[in-house]
Amino acid sequence: MKCEGYFGEYGGQFIPEVLMPAIDELKEAYFELKDDEDFQNELSYYLKNYAGRETPLYYAENLTKKLGGAKIYLKREDLLHGGAHKTNNTIGQALLAKRMGKTRIIAETGAGQHGVGTSMAGALFGLETEIFMGRLDTERQQPNVFRMKLLGAKVTPVDTGSKVLKDAVNEAMRNWTATFENTHYLMGTVMGPHPFPTIVRDFQSVIGKEVKKQIMEQEGRLPDHLVACIGGGSNALGLFHAFIQDKDVRMVGIEAAGKGLNTSLHGASISKGKKGVLHGMLSYFLQDEDGQIEEAYSISAGLDYPGIGPEHAYLHDSGRAEYASATDDQALSAFMELTRSEGIIPALESSHAVAYAIENAGNMDKDEIMVINLSGRGDKDLNTVIDIMQKRGM
Amino acid sequence: MNKPVLVSFLVSGDPNPDATLKFMKTLDKYSGVIELGIPFSDPVADGPTIQAADVRSLSNKFKISKSFDILKEFRKESSTPVILMTYYNPVFKRGIENFVIQAKEAGANGLIIVDLPLQEATEYREICKKHEMGTVFLAAPNTPEERLKISDEASTEFLYLISTFGITGARDTFEQMTFDFIKRARTTCKGKICVGFGISKGSHAESLIEQGADGVIVGSAFVDIIKNYGDSEEALVKLEELAKELSEGIDKGYGKRK
Repeated sequence: MKCEGYFGEYGGQFIPEVLMPAIDELKEAYFELKDDEDFQNELSYYLKNYAGRETPLYYAENLTKKLGGAKIYLKREDLLHGGAHKTNNTIGQALLAKRMGKTRIIAETGAGQHGVGTSMAGALFGLETEIFMGRLDTERQQPNVFRMKLLGAKVTPVDTGSKVLKDAVNEAMRNWTATFENTHYLMGTVMGPHPFPTIVRDFQSVIGKEVKKQIMEQEGRLPDHLVACIGGGSNALGLFHAFIQDKDVRMVGIEAAGKGLNTSLHGASISKGKKGVLHGMLSYFLQDEDGQIEEAYSISAGLDYPGIGPEHAYLHDSGRAEYASATDDQALSAFMELTRSEGIIPALESSHAVAYAIENAGNMDKDEIMVINLSGRGDKDLNTVIDIMQKRGM
Repeated sequence: MNKPVLVSFLVSGDPNPDATLKFMKTLDKYSGVIELGIPFSDPVADGPTIQAADVRSLSNKFKISKSFDILKEFRKESSTPVILMTYYNPVFKRGIENFVIQAKEAGANGLIIVDLPLQEATEYREICKKHEMGTVFLAAPNTPEERLKISDEASTEFLYLISTFGITGARDTFEQMTFDFIKRARTTCKGKICVGFGISKGSHAESLIEQGADGVIVGSAFVDIIKNYGDSEEALVKLEELAKELSEGIDKGYGKRK
C-alpha cells in the first residue's frame, strides 16, 4: 500500500484502524473541494465579509527606530475576527464539514483561540460544537472559556494526563473515534494524520499570499526575514508557505524556550525534541529515552504542545527554515515593548516572535525588511501578565 | 478449526512488575493467548480504564525493558502464546528491528501496534517476517472489504476485530453491528479472528463466539479488578473468577455453534 501525506520523512497516517474510513472520507472530500470554484468563492466571501480579510501589513516605525536596524512590518492577524489567525482555518474547515454533511464539529484547544475560532464557525454555520480543553488551560484562559460558551459551544475540561493541550488532543481523537459518522474533527494546527497538516496549511496560507502582495505594494520587493512563533506551527506555515520557493527570503520559526532550553520547562520540540510518532504523525516530539512523551511548558498556553507539525520538521531538516527560541521572560519583555512603542497588545504567543526581532533587528542593515506574523491579540493573556507583574511588584 | 480461546490483556507494571507476573500466571490456566500491554504516556486508542493502568505503571518509573523481563520470567513456566501490545512511538524510538529482536528474545509470539495501520507498516512487517515475529492487525466494523482481506493476510496470529466504534472499555451490550461484522469477517478472512473492546462477561463471550469468532479479547474488565484490588491475594481470586466465567462462556458459545 502506498504511503501518503509525507513531507520528506515526516507526516503519515499513524492512527487507530477505526479512524481510517473517516480519514479517507476527509481526504477525498478535501482534495475534491480544494479546486472547486464554488467552495473557494464561498470561503473567500466569509473570509472577507465575516472575518475581515485582508488584514493590514503595518510598518512598525516606532519599534524599528528604537531597535535601529531592519525595517519591521507586522502582519496584523490580531485584527482578524476572533483576535487571531485561527479563524482562517476554522471557517475553512467548518465549510468543509458542512459540505461533507457533518452536523457536529469538535476541537481541542490550548490557549483557547482555536476553541473560540471553532465555536464562532460552529455558530455561523449552525454546527453543534464541542471543545476539549485541558483542565489547567481552562483555568488560565477563563475569558476564552466564557467566549466559547457564549458562542454556544460545549466546553469539556480534560482531567487525564497533565491536563493540558496534548491531553485535550488525545481526548478529541478519542471522541472522534466514536462519533465520526456525524462529526468533523476540526484540527487547529498543521499536525495530525494526513490530510490535516495539508488542509490547515492551505487554509492558513492566505496570510503569506497577502504579505507577498502587500510588501510588493509598500516596498516593491520581497522581505528578507519572515518571523513567526511556533506551537504546532500553523501561523508560521501560513506566513511561510507562499515564500518557500523564494530562496532569498529567510524563514524563522520561534519556539517557546519557557524557563530556558537547559531546563525541563520549555516547549521547544525542534531544538530539544527527537523524531517520534504521536497524534497520527511522524515528527519531532519531546520524549524520554523509552519514547514516552514529555510535558511541554510555556508561559503561553498556545505554545506548550510537545510536538511540531511535520512540514516544519521537514523545513528544519532541509535547512529551508531556521528555528530559534525565546524564553518566557523575553516574550514578556517583547509584550511590554510592542504595547508601549506601537500601542498594540500582542498575544503572548506572538510576543515570542517579537522577542526575536528585539534580539536581532538591531544587528541588521537598515534596508533589510523583517515581517513578523502578529498571530493574535493579547487581551486573553492579560490575567497571566497581571499575575506576573504583581508577583514581581511591578 | 481449533477450539476458540480467551485472550487476556494486562498492562505490564500495573501496579508493579511482580504483580503482573503473578496475574499472568493466574490467567494462564484459562487463556489461549496472553496480551501483555507496554504502557504508553498517550494511549489515544484506549479508554480511561487502560489509560489509568498505564499511568499507574509509568508513575512507578516503569521502563519498557521491564516488560521484556516479565515475559522472560513467565516463559520459564509457560508456553502459552504472548502478544505484546503497544503504541508505535516506543517501538520507533528503540528502532523497529531492535524492538523485535528484544521481544523475540523475551519470548513474545507476536506484536500489536495499535497506531501503526497497514499503509505505514511495510518495513515493520518485513522486519517481523525476517525474525519470525508474529503480527496482529486490527479491523473495525467500517473497514472496507478489500482492506479487511489485506489486514487478514498481514496478521499471522489472528486478526483483531474491534467490536464497535470508539475506544476500549467495558460495555453492557453488543450491537447487531458487532455480530454482522463477525459474520462478514468469517466469510472474508482465512486466518483466525478474535473480537475485542467492551467484553466483560461470560454472556458476552458466549454470544460473540456463537457468531463464529475464534477468540474474545478481554482487557478493561481485568484491569478494573487490578484497579480495585491492587497487588492483593483478592485480586488473584477475582481475576481467576472472571477468567473462568469468560472461559465457560466461550465453551457455551462454541457448543451452540454446532
